[in-house]
Amino acid sequence: MVAKTIAGKTVEVNEDGFMTNPNEWTEEIAVEIAKEEGIPELTAEHWKIINFCRQAAGTSGKAPTLRQITTGTGVSTKDLFALFPKGPAKKVARIAGLGKPEGCV
Amino acid sequence: MSEERKIAFICSKGTLDMAYPALVMGWAALGNGIDVTIFFTFWGLDIINKHRVDHLEIAPVANTSMKMSMMGIPGNLGIPNIVGVLPGMTAFATKLMKDKMKALEVPPVREYLQMLVDAGAKLYACKMSVDMMGLSKDDFVEGVLDIVTAGDFMDMTEGAQIVFI
Repeated sequence: MVAKTIAGKTVEVNEDGFMTNPNEWTEEIAVEIAKEEGIPELTAEHWKIINFCRQAAGTSGKAPTLRQITTGTGVSTKDLFALFPKGPAKKVARIAGLGKPEGCV
Repeated sequence: MSEERKIAFICSKGTLDMAYPALVMGWAALGNGIDVTIFFTFWGLDIINKHRVDHLEIAPVANTSMKMSMMGIPGNLGIPNIVGVLPGMTAFATKLMKDKMKALEVPPVREYLQMLVDAGAKLYACKMSVDMMGLSKDDFVEGVLDIVTAGDFMDMTEGAQIVFI
């Protein structure tokens, strides 16, 4: 566990770069991590997914799986993979300030 | 590393339990940004055959891992083979497994395949098996790109990790 400064705020991250305390997350942090992940700008569609993940994790304590995201938001699998290219599972969770998704589907 | 990582699955079995490994691992790979190719050969063609995909089954006969504990009966009691041969037992075992999957929110095979295709997985059918079974591209679900030879498969999976199922 190391402290990292993202968007001017110092937060705890694990060895894989995931934030360990979701309460430290801010929207500015999401924008910065998205840039690290190769997404230059977060659109309304991106936020729809990020907000859903934050909400889902708020109730279950776990980052939702990709299928939970598509069924929960109505965003198609194709669009999800286009919005977060090359590995949405980890990217979405990282940007949303959550741990790696738990679950296989 | 993950930028270039490629994985290829060879699906050679057409039973319900053997359809899922490539789907689950393929989906996980796509979610992690890994390139996924799936080659369906022999009985594995049932998984992409649009007339068969919703009817994949699991038979309790000679299945030493399918225990009554799946039905809540404790211990290592199996389903006796002599019982397994009775009419309806394969349908029963299949329903049992499908219900277990559904409870875990695992999608049915057809839907799972579509998810993989939408996420960028490339699906191919084995030419020799297709010829042997008298099938054509029209028999396959949407998303199957082509019918290819074993040699084509070798070419397209250069540098990939290959998993045979």
